[in-house]
Amino acid sequence: MTQRLDQTFADNDTVFIAYMMGGDPDRAVSQSFMNALPGAGVDIIELGIPFTDPMADGPVIEEAGIRARKSGTTLTTILDMATEFRRTNMHTPIIVMGYANPLHNMGYTEFAQAAHEAGIDGAIIVDLPPEEDHELRAAFEAYDLALIRLATPTTDAKRLPKVVSGTKGFVYYVSMTGVTGAKLSQNNAIKDQVARVKDASGLPVAVGFGVKTPERAREIAKDADGVVVGTAIVKELHKNGPDAALTFVRSLADAAHGA
Amino acid sequence: MGKPENIKYPDENGRFGEFGGRFVAETLMPPILELEQAYEEAKADPAFQAEMDYFLEHYVGRPSPLYFAERLTEHAAKENGGAGKIYFKREELNHTGAHKINNCVGQLLLAKRMGKTRIIAETGAGQHGVATATVAARLGMECIVYMGAVDIVRQKPNVFRMRLLGAEVRAVHSGTATLKDAMNEALRDWVTNVGDTFYCIGTVAGPHPYPEMVRDFQTIIGHETKAQILKAEGRLPDAIVACIGGGSNAMGIFHPFIDDKDVRLIGVEAAGHGIETGEHAASLTGGAPGILHGNRTFLLQDEHGQINDAHSISAGLDYPGIGPEHAHLFDIGRAEYVSATDDEALEAFQLCAKLEGILPALESSHALPATIRLAQELGQDGLVVINISGRGDKDIFTIADALGEDIAAGTEG
Repeated sequence: MTQRLDQTFADNDTVFIAYMMGGDPDRAVSQSFMNALPGAGVDIIELGIPFTDPMADGPVIEEAGIRARKSGTTLTTILDMATEFRRTNMHTPIIVMGYANPLHNMGYTEFAQAAHEAGIDGAIIVDLPPEEDHELRAAFEAYDLALIRLATPTTDAKRLPKVVSGTKGFVYYVSMTGVTGAKLSQNNAIKDQVARVKDASGLPVAVGFGVKTPERAREIAKDADGVVVGTAIVKELHKNGPDAALTFVRSLADAAHGA
Repeated sequence: MGKPENIKYPDENGRFGEFGGRFVAETLMPPILELEQAYEEAKADPAFQAEMDYFLEHYVGRPSPLYFAERLTEHAAKENGGAGKIYFKREELNHTGAHKINNCVGQLLLAKRMGKTRIIAETGAGQHGVATATVAARLGMECIVYMGAVDIVRQKPNVFRMRLLGAEVRAVHSGTATLKDAMNEALRDWVTNVGDTFYCIGTVAGPHPYPEMVRDFQTIIGHETKAQILKAEGRLPDAIVACIGGGSNAMGIFHPFIDDKDVRLIGVEAAGHGIETGEHAASLTGGAPGILHGNRTFLLQDEHGQINDAHSISAGLDYPGIGPEHAHLFDIGRAEYVSATDDEALEAFQLCAKLEGILPALESSHALPATIRLAQELGQDGLVVINISGRGDKDIFTIADALGEDIAAGTEG
């Protein structure tokens, strides 16, 4: 439901978005971690779909995907996780994030219908730029799902209108050129970029890729409508387990909200 | 009306029928659009063509000969009581020992024209890596080659060759640690260093404009073949055979013949341990359409859309996809695609070495069994050309291993 996303941005000065890899390290741990995220201050859950060839991800998320696939996670598992989450939570939006092939393999319409039924609100598909996402977008419109686009530092003024046209929910600003989990660029640059994307899209702008600490989350929150943290959470969950990871998530959420 | 002629593909969206396209992260869209424009401009510039021609003639050593493989033909005839003539297109005689350098000359001259100073490449067998490192050295450019850790072990001579040429070889340990993972890593590098970096892709795959551009740089193989066979035999061949990993040597020799409908085009994929075992690299014979590495094409994948590991004794064919134009030629039935197993390739390698005094690359060896069969089917008036895309010196350790021989100890002791 795109309405659930709109409502979330309307209700919060800054939205805190947490990424987790679905099925890492296994379905049971991952499910209970997901279910606990809203209680730790997460406004939107970005649920990663594992893929064998994650070309835009750094090693931390790639390894999480390998663990998830080893424990048997497939696209169907991700849909099941959303369904189970919705049994107890109807207000926190779920955005799935991944690569095109698993969706293409299932069939875009079949996926859109299943995602809608599972209570998923939208998707970010990294390797579907505007030039290639019309088929999936048509399927998503039929089921009221938001196909969220990525804007990057290389998206120039000429290209930006194309990137934001037809976008719903929010625009995800990738704060740097690089893979997930790399180093973040200077803040003042981000401030200008967020304004530029907001201007062109008329939508909220969330900033991600490279936000690792509460301090950075707080700084980003000053300039953006949303802050996304992924790699740092995935790393914490893997290293220190769900309890420690949830404490870390709480500190990030507080920082993002307190700005 | 039939489907439009393939020769006019790709369309402005980089599509070959249902295949191809630009399936990349947004960060890479502006650079690939910039590349497309730069390539269009270069193509129309006679000075660029002249520079390329100069390098291809004096540096690469073109044209490569079209050679009548008389003893292999006799062998095929003896087995069968008559066989068509077999000709070898000798791409293995190029500088660096494979067809790969044709493309590298084109792409690196384009990189120079675009003002890019840092070259990255992926490599499987190491031939594309060596060719890229070679041309980068000649043009004075920084060169980084990504190579799967598994391939580094089985292609040691090429790794050392690249280092001697001044390139940095970065081992890739992720995934299956082979060609596809090297390509993932190169894409990650490009995403991170878009400003000064030129990604030199080694095959007719990847996002548009790579499948078109690499094809164009390789069609010199087919153009030469056409002129040479007309001169030698006064007619076009009945069939052209080439091995296929990503498919650049095959596309290079096929493309100028696409409108010559009487010429059969036959691509040979690697069947590894056999298609039925699931351990192979035959994307068309044993795969399904999907999206990977920037294009929609046939891929080895499971029922959940996860990419399957490919297997081939030849590192250069060990890739779970295939160039989108091949997927299209397969789809419209203009080209035929068959496969050869590891064992068939090994046997053909030895036959070629003993009868012709030529060590073909293990990749090219895959195309030999189908060539011999075809010559036999066609009978003595037939004419078959096979693209010997590379030389086999790099493979001798793999082959010794497969044959259970110890090179250091010698075999006669």
